[in-house]
Amino acid sequence: MSASLSIPKVMLAIVRRDLSLALRRKNDSLSALFFFVVVASLFPLGIGPEPTLLAKIAPGMLWIAALLAAMLSLGRLFADDFQDGTLDQLVLTAIPLPLAVLSKTAAHWISTGLVLTIASPILAIQFNLDSQSMGILLLSLLIGTPLLSLIGSIGAALTLATRGGGMLLSLLVLPLVIPVLIFGAGAVDAHQAGLPVDGHFYLLSAMLAIALFFAPIATAASLRIAVE
Amino acid sequence: MFSSSINWFKYAAPQRFYALSGTLIPYCVAVAVIATIVGLTIGLLIAPSDHQQGESYRIIFIHVPAAWMSMIIYLAMAFWAAMGLIFNARLASMFALALAPTGALMTFLALWTGSLWGKPTWGTYWVWDARLTSELILLFLYLGFLSLHAAIEDTRKADRSAAVLAIVGVVNIPIIYFSVKWWNTLHQGASVSLTKAPTMATQMLTGMLIMTVAFWAYSFAVSFYRCRTLILERERHTAWAQEAVK
Amino acid sequence: MSNAPAMNPSALHLQNLACMRGGKTLFNDLSVVLEPGHLLRITGSNGAGKSSLLRMICGLLTPSMGSIQWGANSIHADRDFFHTQLIYLGHTPALKGDLSAEENIIAAGSLSGDDITSSMARDALVRSGLGHLASKLSRTFSQGQKQRVALARLQLAEDKPLWLLDEPFNALDQDANEALQALIKAHLTRGGMVALSSHQVVALDQIDRVVRVSL
Repeated sequence: MSASLSIPKVMLAIVRRDLSLALRRKNDSLSALFFFVVVASLFPLGIGPEPTLLAKIAPGMLWIAALLAAMLSLGRLFADDFQDGTLDQLVLTAIPLPLAVLSKTAAHWISTGLVLTIASPILAIQFNLDSQSMGILLLSLLIGTPLLSLIGSIGAALTLATRGGGMLLSLLVLPLVIPVLIFGAGAVDAHQAGLPVDGHFYLLSAMLAIALFFAPIATAASLRIAVE
Repeated sequence: MFSSSINWFKYAAPQRFYALSGTLIPYCVAVAVIATIVGLTIGLLIAPSDHQQGESYRIIFIHVPAAWMSMIIYLAMAFWAAMGLIFNARLASMFALALAPTGALMTFLALWTGSLWGKPTWGTYWVWDARLTSELILLFLYLGFLSLHAAIEDTRKADRSAAVLAIVGVVNIPIIYFSVKWWNTLHQGASVSLTKAPTMATQMLTGMLIMTVAFWAYSFAVSFYRCRTLILERERHTAWAQEAVK
Repeated sequence: MSNAPAMNPSALHLQNLACMRGGKTLFNDLSVVLEPGHLLRITGSNGAGKSSLLRMICGLLTPSMGSIQWGANSIHADRDFFHTQLIYLGHTPALKGDLSAEENIIAAGSLSGDDITSSMARDALVRSGLGHLASKLSRTFSQGQKQRVALARLQLAEDKPLWLLDEPFNALDQDANEALQALIKAHLTRGGMVALSSHQVVALDQIDRVVRVSL
């Protein structure tokens, strides 16, 4: 009756659908962004506005703010689909479920992590980061935020059947993303200290490659458990 | 593929394990008590005092075995949880759940004794060295496992979801340890390591090993006991379980 | 109405299925064979396990015991292929509120690997009497309208042998009810199979190619 879609076309269809939904409900992306901005502004308020101190803590602090914003947004990755019954349809997809999950995670990252990454230089200005450090920060977030989405998607799937919601998701995922934080913020720190940053980026990229392969598999397994 | 075939661990298995563990527990307790007495005697009385740290180093006789056990138990927990997930074996999942609190306790003990060691040696109750920080993260992983399990109402779903988490944790642990170690060397430079144990006199090593045996036997005893309680709880609708609680 | 060719799919074998939910055994030792062209009619009160049985058939739920075969193979053998052979419409109409009726049908189709064009989706909606809702967002629909949009997918699922429908007659008025029954009958005539749960009695029950399961 209808023609068959190849696997990449199905994946693209999933990404486009989720992006359309994200665009129509700009709420989620904007909430994550505002949260990022607010948390980043809290640090100087809590620590003091001394410029050299701020420049020193900026990398770690911006990274943590991005991390928390990402954690917050992850709760919505599968929750809506779980509620309205479309998650069942996703699990019944004709392509391997890990690929469908990867597509959803990609769309989610584009509407949250990528937005945070793009906004980071603006926040970095508030913290007296020089332009080169800003560039390093941007690049570290560009590689790091997909990692957060991928690892976070496992937590998002696992907590679907729970009463705990957002808090539990953060408790589960934050310990697992500590390496990302260490190397991500560490890259900017290293640059500021005049040390080479290659190692950090190699490691981040390696972690991303591994996560691209394994995280969707773990998430798919978790989804199958959650929909039973 | 396994889930649609016959349940490997049929109803009889929890019952058999219940009986078996019941007979084993007294022996484990005995070994634990004896090993603790011997170990502590060596540790507190027989082993010589360290020329650098004096008497305060003696806490390693608890700190190091506890740290070792915290890692071993996590591996065992992840293994049994994985077995329970892959083979749909309820008993394996129960055992993983029984191990978790003991593992968390060992981790906490390692952290606490590590902290106590730090005070007389370096003047602070906490140092962000690689080992202690990794232990802290391990504690979070244990707490995550227990919290996730507790938050899901359906027992089998809870078992299986927690199993996925445990497996993901196990895979992550080397990565976490490596990155924390790297982070530590970068930020503290030529720092002292809390776990740079004093050069080991034979008695010290013996003492530590005996204490490890003690902790291991203790962990077995307590996990078996906890598992038996879980079995009774989950099998409470069967005749043998109702007989057993009378 | 349909000019899809006749099908000759494999039979569906349910063997010794057991279902335990929340510590209770809902059903035990359930064995049924569903041949092509037959209707599996699942009845039972609320909570009896009708939805669970349907979810087991499509693979969403793992039975506590027993197995399900599609032809000679287990349904878990080639999961992705098995998914292309079925359409599952669950209790809740699976629609994204922020997508229009048309977009929902296209999106749902793509998950099954079907390339459903805009005109095909619109066509299906028109044939279901919902042409006017094609471009409207689903969250504005009534329960009955949502149900009918979900069911409109069946118009485009003529090449899928196995239809799994959980309480499809809910919230449908007389006309929609009859239209659905006609659709199901046509599918059966083509050689397809339908597993249907409903606590209502429907005229379909009177046809002769029915296998009944009462939970």
